[in-house]
Amino acid sequence: MALYSEKLMDHFRHPRNVGSIENADGVGEVGNAKCGDIMKIYLKINNNVVEDAKFETFGCGSAIASSSMATELIKGKPLGEVKQLTNKAVAEALDGMPPHKMHCSVLAEEAILAALKDYSERTGNAV
Amino acid sequence: MIYADNAATSKMSEAAINTMVALMNENWGNASSLYGFGQNAKEILEKARKDTANVIGCKETEIIFTSGGSEADNQAILSAAAIGKANGKTHIVSTAFEHHAVLHTLHKLKREGFDITLLDVHSNGIIIPKEVEASIKDNTCLVTVMYANNEIGTIQPIKEIGEICKKKNVLFHTDAVQAVGHIPINVNTENIDMLSASAHKFKGPKGVGFLYAKTGINLSNIIEGGAQERGKRAGTENVPGIAAAAVALKEASEKISENKEHISKIRNRIIEGLSKIPHSALNGDTTNRLPGNISFCFEGVEGESLLLLLDDKGICASSGSACTSGSLDPSHVLLAIGRVHDVAHGSLRLSIDETITEKDADYIIRSVTETVEYLRSFSPLWKDLTTGKKEFIL
Repeated sequence: MALYSEKLMDHFRHPRNVGSIENADGVGEVGNAKCGDIMKIYLKINNNVVEDAKFETFGCGSAIASSSMATELIKGKPLGEVKQLTNKAVAEALDGMPPHKMHCSVLAEEAILAALKDYSERTGNAV
Repeated sequence: MIYADNAATSKMSEAAINTMVALMNENWGNASSLYGFGQNAKEILEKARKDTANVIGCKETEIIFTSGGSEADNQAILSAAAIGKANGKTHIVSTAFEHHAVLHTLHKLKREGFDITLLDVHSNGIIIPKEVEASIKDNTCLVTVMYANNEIGTIQPIKEIGEICKKKNVLFHTDAVQAVGHIPINVNTENIDMLSASAHKFKGPKGVGFLYAKTGINLSNIIEGGAQERGKRAGTENVPGIAAAAVALKEASEKISENKEHISKIRNRIIEGLSKIPHSALNGDTTNRLPGNISFCFEGVEGESLLLLLDDKGICASSGSACTSGSLDPSHVLLAIGRVHDVAHGSLRLSIDETITEKDADYIIRSVTETVEYLRSFSPLWKDLTTGKKEFIL
């Protein structure tokens, strides 16, 4: 038995939306090097919809996979819906993760919320 | 597959497997039984004890077979603590980078009122005998220092420490789990009072180990029950496992110098290759290290993702990152040699054996280099380091 699900491993091996967005409308970075996880999410927002999302992550397999899945889940979604994304939804979309790795999905949720906050602060638009 | 995790466990030698299977088929009696069939097993057990004693230079009556290295460590330390306590001595000297089998036993004793000194292991991962000497007090009952570290492979000045302990009349135990069968050891000339070993680290079976305890040391029982192992370790002896362990140990010790030459040559080739990765560093002393140990830190990458991608490339290795240990802190060994958290998370340990080839070494170097480069390509930490937002540590 493997440590991670096939789906999680697929997102780890072939992460979607890797990279950064120039002139992003919102950027969120959470975690720190001391804890071994840093997640940074970039959002391109148009008409209150996430047009594009990209990520950069320093972290373990489940942190990379969580970033990949979270960006997939929010692309094309209205901000109201993006705001509602939970860590549980990210973990479930990856067919689950070991209990001691759940904090990786929490980081993904927090990174998205941080990016939305950044967007809101930059534009004055309430999210 | 390239198996480069021999410090975790090793593949059993063919001779050890054959010995074990043959005994399970033909000689499965209880070594404590009176009839001939049982006594045959006893004979095999005692031959294994003799062969084991010969390898480390002690008497056969000084070997207690255990379930492994952890049990041997527990028994050695708890025995010395009990002897000490009976004489009013409750101070123990050890090091900050011992295996958890030692450290957790010491923590337990601390809760019971023992005073524990953990010596600094310095940036090269080698303790200084003079500092051992200076730390010994009138009420010191034990000095326990590992022979070679399991993560960074550094070999400790055991003989010098043994001399100091002998002079100061303090019991000296060494956790030699990573050393036995890999480098020559003689408990007599090195003044070692107690030594722990584990068979699966030298191509023997799992679940078998031994404790050497010098004649006259009154061992305490960890497992109570029957009178096996001179009454010091109860439970029906695992004769097939013990005999296989002795065969593996004899084999390994006979090949020590031949293996050392080949393995350390390949080790140096890998170290040289991985040193070319920018902002990387070898952990532990360059010369006083086990022939098969390679331990590196790579800045800006996390160890678990590195291991998973190496696994995809057919390389089995390990890491001291928090994510592989199941806790939030990275390896206590890397922290003990002064690696900060940020860097310790990006560690890689390769532990090779004599089956490794130059071709394997080059494949490992290429794979690690590519994977580190790939993970750095989308690491926000690496970006901060290369754009000057953060300062490089390595």
